[in-house]
Amino acid sequence: MEPAILPQAMIETVTRPGDWVIVLPIVLALMGAALALILRKAAGLGFVTALAVVAGIIACEISLLLTIMETGPVSMTMGKWLPPFGISFTADAFGASFALAASVVTFIVLLYAEADRPAASAGDGFHSLVLMLLCGVTGSFLTGDMFNLYVWFEVMLIASFGLLVIGGRPIQLDAAVKYGFLNFLATSIFLLSLGLLYGLLGTLNMADIMLVAPLANPAAMVGVAALMLLAFGMKAAAFPVNAWLPAAYHAPPAAISALMAGLLTKVGIYALLRTLVVVLPATRDVLEPVLVVLAVATLVIAPLGAIAETNLRRAIGFVVIGGIGAVLAGIAMPSLDGVGGAGLYIFHAMLTMTALYLVAGLIEKQTGEVDSRRMGGLYASSAPLSLLFLVLMLGAAGVPPLLGFWPKLLLIEAGLAEGNWSGGVLVAALLANAVLTMIAGSRLWAHIFWRNDFTPETTMVVTGPNRLHYLATGALTLMIVAAGLWPNPLFEAVRIGAGDMVDPARYSAAFGLAEVTP
Amino acid sequence: MDYVIAALVGCFVAMGIYMLLSRSLIRMLLGMVVLGNGVNLLIFTAGRLMRDVAPIVPKGLEQPAGPIANPLPQALILTAIVIGFAMFCFLLVLAYRAYQTLDADNTDTMRVAEPEHAPQPPLSY
Repeated sequence: MEPAILPQAMIETVTRPGDWVIVLPIVLALMGAALALILRKAAGLGFVTALAVVAGIIACEISLLLTIMETGPVSMTMGKWLPPFGISFTADAFGASFALAASVVTFIVLLYAEADRPAASAGDGFHSLVLMLLCGVTGSFLTGDMFNLYVWFEVMLIASFGLLVIGGRPIQLDAAVKYGFLNFLATSIFLLSLGLLYGLLGTLNMADIMLVAPLANPAAMVGVAALMLLAFGMKAAAFPVNAWLPAAYHAPPAAISALMAGLLTKVGIYALLRTLVVVLPATRDVLEPVLVVLAVATLVIAPLGAIAETNLRRAIGFVVIGGIGAVLAGIAMPSLDGVGGAGLYIFHAMLTMTALYLVAGLIEKQTGEVDSRRMGGLYASSAPLSLLFLVLMLGAAGVPPLLGFWPKLLLIEAGLAEGNWSGGVLVAALLANAVLTMIAGSRLWAHIFWRNDFTPETTMVVTGPNRLHYLATGALTLMIVAAGLWPNPLFEAVRIGAGDMVDPARYSAAFGLAEVTP
Repeated sequence: MDYVIAALVGCFVAMGIYMLLSRSLIRMLLGMVVLGNGVNLLIFTAGRLMRDVAPIVPKGLEQPAGPIANPLPQALILTAIVIGFAMFCFLLVLAYRAYQTLDADNTDTMRVAEPEHAPQPPLSY
């Protein structure tokens, strides 16, 4: 047997030392989670470990992002086996900046949660679960392999189950049952579509799929893509399959809700963006009418839910769902502006939705209530809180100087440039979403802060927020406002990231795949 | 043979979905397991079935002699089985805890997180 029978299977060039930053965040998070588990009984050490690890991850991701901005997407293949055998980690500007946003959000939430946690809670594994969650999220953003994406989804899922039930109050168990079953079902459907994809193409590497997908049976590929749309739609809480989100996100403590709102649905919608726009563009064109309908329904119906809701954090949950509609609109319009708007919206939503939940937690702490009907008149006792909430709600609705405005601007430009009925409908839905979110936000603001006929019904002792709470929330809000006021670096990143998504030549060239596979 | 296995996958998935549609947590959990096994079998079938040839290089050779089965689906399924089993265990414990705490095995009566008659938001300020 001569070795020449098999095609070239290994990458023979040496991995550049700089490429290691692409796997380092995941390695750090995994090791940090293990270390935090070992140190779980030592008061304070788990927190310090987690904070240090997340700071290290942020440093790695900043350096990764700088490399990508300079030289284009970075790829590293495990074991140097070429696809379809080796598992690749590939990051372009979008993946890396979302991973960066995820770790920044985690850093803030760790600070906030530390101010929150009672002294008796040491040993519940909170810090290692948070690091595992970050590991799964970062892995999903940086992976270049569909099956690996499934694995990171599951890592993320099991960590979020753990976070959701820490404490074990009945409401958390109830929420975790719904959250757990529906998300597990979604990943099963994703796995189903992966099996079919592998059967059709014989490869699961994203760059490799881009090369061979046009040769496969188009009808079967559309079936696979539709299954993926269902699976990722469930993960992202797109309109008809969103029921689990408002049922689950208000149950755990506010810090954990904030972390989940910032990270989980965004990973789902990012996976959809990556799969449909970059990996399987031909099937996206077939599914476009479905995407338009889903986007419009999600954009319009979700904020109506927020208006009808009295529980503060449940109402914010509906605002989170509405944001998913904006990203779906971007997926339905795969131009440079559309994809750029979708990407920027994910970035904005990761920061803003987390901050909103953190502020909601502060409000709940101040009033000792979760129901917005029984809060009220809070303005008198806490004016800064009212300002934070107002700014973030306006940001979520997309009012000009704030971060939420810029992605919507890009999306609306994309819709107008589309020049057909679907573009027009999407623009109308985006504007309707902004107005409805604004109504929902201002109603909540008025109920919580403005009404002055407030008489506390309960006499429970309220432990108000402390300085660390305000520091964490304020820092995040400041970041959002600053990013909104000086958006130019963001636009630069979006231009590069969306460019690589719309035309993924540089993405697949990062593998060195172009020369090897015909 | 492929057709038989494909039909079996169909049966598994249909059974899993049927059981997931029930209201009892334990039935849903079993449905999940059946569905998961159907999916694993599907990956296996999608990797092309071959008889009697293990994906192993014989002793003393550099390359496998003759045709071999595709090892990749086996690796994929192994991962999926492990993950699916971990999920199943967690959900089983969760369902048991929920049964103990909420005294409910029926998803219709689990309304702690979403109260049944949600109040209207105030209509004026």
